Amino acid sequence: MLEIKNLTKIYNPGTVTELKLFDGLDLTVPDGQFISIVGSNGSGKTSLLNIICGSIPLDGGDVLVDGKSIRKQRDFQRYASIGRVYQNPALGTCPNLTMLENLSLADNKGKRFGLSQGVNKKRVDFYRSELAGLGLGLEDKLDIKMGALSGGQRQAVALLMATLTPLKFLILDEHTAALDPKTAETIMVLTGKVVKEKGLTAMMVTHNLRYALEYGDRLLMLDRGKIVVDRAGEEKTQMTTEEILQVFGQLSMQ
Amino acid sequence: MLDLIVSTLTQGFIYALLSFGVYITYSVLDFPDLSVDGTFPLGAAVTAVLLLKGMNPWLTLVCAALAGAVAGLCTGLIHVKLGVRDLLAGIITMTALSSVNLLIAGSNLTVERAVDTIFTSAPVMAVLGGLTLSGRKLVVSLVLVVVVKLVLDLYFRTKSGLLLRAVGDNGTLVTTLAQNKGNMKILGVVLANALVALCGGVLCQEQRSYSAVMGIGQVVFGLATVIIGVSLIRFFVGSRAAQGMRKIPVLRFLASPKGTTAVLLGSVLYKFCIQIAINAGLPANMLKFITAVLFLLVLVIAGRRGEEIIHA
Repeated sequence: MLEIKNLTKIYNPGTVTELKLFDGLDLTVPDGQFISIVGSNGSGKTSLLNIICGSIPLDGGDVLVDGKSIRKQRDFQRYASIGRVYQNPALGTCPNLTMLENLSLADNKGKRFGLSQGVNKKRVDFYRSELAGLGLGLEDKLDIKMGALSGGQRQAVALLMATLTPLKFLILDEHTAALDPKTAETIMVLTGKVVKEKGLTAMMVTHNLRYALEYGDRLLMLDRGKIVVDRAGEEKTQMTTEEILQVFGQLSMQ
Repeated sequence: MLDLIVSTLTQGFIYALLSFGVYITYSVLDFPDLSVDGTFPLGAAVTAVLLLKGMNPWLTLVCAALAGAVAGLCTGLIHVKLGVRDLLAGIITMTALSSVNLLIAGSNLTVERAVDTIFTSAPVMAVLGGLTLSGRKLVVSLVLVVVVKLVLDLYFRTKSGLLLRAVGDNGTLVTTLAQNKGNMKILGVVLANALVALCGGVLCQEQRSYSAVMGIGQVVFGLATVIIGVSLIRFFVGSRAAQGMRKIPVLRFLASPKGTTAVLLGSVLYKFCIQIAINAGLPANMLKFITAVLFLLVLVIAGRRGEEIIHA
C-alpha cells in the first residue's frame, strides 16, 4: 500500500515565481489498484509521480510504502520496488545496447551487477517468449540495437523491461503520449494485460480521457495540486468522457 | 626505415593504453575527462622514482596504475559527490596533479642504463633475448596492449561492464534498475585513469625518462584516436566488405570489430601520421600544433562529434 500524507511541494520558494503546487495532499493507493490520473498541464500529475519516485524532493508531508516512510530513500533505492515507463520511449532502454543486453540488464534488477557473465544464454528462450507476448514480431530481433527500433517497439520493450522482475508499483508517466494513435493503442492494450496478469499496483498519468476511463479501476483528476475528482469501482465505470470534459471546462472557467 | 616503422608501431601500442582509458570515459561513459593530462605524467613519475629505488619494473607499473586510479577516484568523487561538472572536475584534478607530479619526481628524471626496465628484465630476456632492444620493445608493448584489450573486452561483457555501458547510454534507465549511477561513473573514471597512468609508466620505461610536461596534449591525442578509430569502424561496418564477411561464419567475428580494437587501430594510425609529419621535416616545436590540427581534421571528417559510438 502506498500512502501520501499531507504532501507539500513549493517550486521556487521565496521568489516572485513561487508556486505552492501541493498543500496538504493526501492519497492512499491500496495494493492491486490501477489508477488513472488526468488533469491539465501544471496540475501536478507528473510532479506527484516524481515525488513518489524520489526524482524531486518534497517540502513537507510523507510518502509511505506499507506503513514505512520512504522519504529518506534516494531515487535509485526506491526503484528497487518501482517500475517506471516514461513518455519518451528513448528513456526506457539503452539505444547502443542490443535488445538482449537490455533485457539482461532488466532481468538482473534487484541482484548484484558483478563480474559474472552479463548475458545469460539460458534466459534467451524466456526473453523470446516474453517478446512474443508483445505481438510485435520482436522475438527474432534480440541481437539488434535498441536504437534501430521504432518508438512504439522501444516503448513495448521498455514496458516489458519495467515489469520483468517482481515489483510493487508500476508508474506510467504519459507513456503513450509520444506514439501515433495505433501504436498508442497497442501499448495501452499491452499495459492493461501486464497489469492484470501480474496483479500490479499501477499509477498512470494520461491526457487521453478514453484510456483513463477504459483502463484502471480508479480515476483521479488533479487541478492545481488538488484532487478534484476521485472515482473508483462502479462510480468510475459509469463515468463518461463528456462528464470529465465538463469538469475540465468548469475548472478552466474559474 | 624499418627501424622507424618498428618504433612508431611501438609508440602506437603503448599509447593505445591511454586511448583505452579515454575510450572508457569519453565513449562508454560520455564523461569528458581532462584528468588525463595529469594522470599520464603521474604514472611516469611514480614509475621513474620507483625504478630508481630498485623496484621490480613490472611492480612499478602496478603502482603507477594504482596512483592513476586514486587520481581518477578524486575526479569521480569531485563530480559525483560534490556535484561539480564533469569537465571542471577533471580540470581540478589535472591542475592539482601538476604539483603532485613535481613533488614526486621533480620536473625531469632520467632512468640510467644500469636500471632494468620491463624491456630488459630477466623474464623478458629469457624469452626474447635474441631480439634487438627495439624488437623487444615492439613485442612487449604488443603483448601488453593485447592483454589489456582482452581483459577490457571481457569486462564489458560482465554484468558490471554492461551496467557501465548503460550509464553512458541512458543514465535514467540505470536509476530505474535501482542502481547508483554515480558509483558506476566513479568506477569508470577510476579504471580509465589507471590505464592512462599505466600508459605513462610504460612510456617512461620505454624512453627511460620522465618529464613534468609530458602530459600536455594527451587528452587531445586520446580523443583523436578514439574518434578516428570509432569513425573508421563505423565506416567499415556499413561497407560491402563487412556485409560479405558476415555471411562467412569464420570471418563473422571480424565483421563487427569491438570498440577497443577500433581505438587500438586509431592510436597506431595517429602515431604514424605524426611520424610522417616529422619525417617531412616538421620542427619538433610544432608537434603539439600538428596534434591540434590533426584533431580538428579528424573532428571535421568524422562529421559528428563521435556521439554515436560503437560500444565494445
